[in-house]
Amino acid sequence: MSDIINYRMALNISISAEPIAHLFGLTITNSLLTGWIVTAVLASSVYLFSRQIKEKGAPSRLQSLIEMIIEGLFGMVESIAGNAKARRFFPLVGTLFIFILFSNWSGLLPGLANIGFQGIHNGHEAFIPYWRAPTADINTTLALGLITMIMVQVYGYKYLGLKYFKKFFDFSNPINFFVGILELISDLSKVISFTFRLFGNIIAGEILLLVMAMLVPVLGTTPFIALEIFVGFIQALVFMMLASVFINMATLGHGDEHHE
Amino acid sequence: MSEVAQASNAIVGWTIAVGGIAPAIAIGLIGSKAVEAIGRNPEAAAKIQNNLILGFAFAEAIAIYALVVALILKFV
Repeated sequence: MSDIINYRMALNISISAEPIAHLFGLTITNSLLTGWIVTAVLASSVYLFSRQIKEKGAPSRLQSLIEMIIEGLFGMVESIAGNAKARRFFPLVGTLFIFILFSNWSGLLPGLANIGFQGIHNGHEAFIPYWRAPTADINTTLALGLITMIMVQVYGYKYLGLKYFKKFFDFSNPINFFVGILELISDLSKVISFTFRLFGNIIAGEILLLVMAMLVPVLGTTPFIALEIFVGFIQALVFMMLASVFINMATLGHGDEHHE
Repeated sequence: MSEVAQASNAIVGWTIAVGGIAPAIAIGLIGSKAVEAIGRNPEAAAKIQNNLILGFAFAEAIAIYALVVALILKFV
């Protein structure tokens, strides 16, 4: 029995992000720190890249590659929302895709999860790493889900005006009033579904890798890291596509929902 | 290990085991129908793939909810 307890301690699984520092009363968790690093790396590479974009003449290899990726993503959003609307949505959903993709992948960088210190977490002593994928923390995914669903309402208002909110508050007859309540609940549940889908997938991947590392120490995790790279990509893609489907649905008025 | 801990471990196992059944069937059905549709109409493969991934995501979400509940029962 003591073996099992030892394994559990050695496995060192934590569902919530561990605090590593306090700054003016603000608790800084390891996933928040990693989120800042991911953001900084992405922002600085965007800045460095945007300075060497050529609009005329033959583009560099890097520029061709990045244009290919962006065009592929744009094609996906376009197939959901159509060209004119896709141009409006794409800056938001494309950014969500890139941030989630690199957040998911940041948790797979080998070795970084072993840098940390012994500390107290949830009342018992545990190893606290400095590095944790931002999307393996429920706060990050909740924030992303909230941003997406708030932007859905913003785009709905932008395209339909005050008529959009008639979807939620319709006093014309009791049935429509009840349907409005259902619509409200459905939009709230979309936030929860966004949150738990991304968080659950990423944390499940991390736990899978930890358990595999315990069972087969040396090469056991290699195929699962490949699987997690794929899962991280698919989850970012799913988040982007669901966001564009929801935004597109909000911009369609009543009665013309069946148009392509 | 006390009996309570054993019972709690068993419940955690059952949560994810039962919660995995329905999404597994759903994902199998979605995948089989999508492959069938691509076989009938290969030109529509791109459109079908988009809907396939969305369908997967919705079905898989159920399994993830079960997983999150199991993880909360086990570790929190």
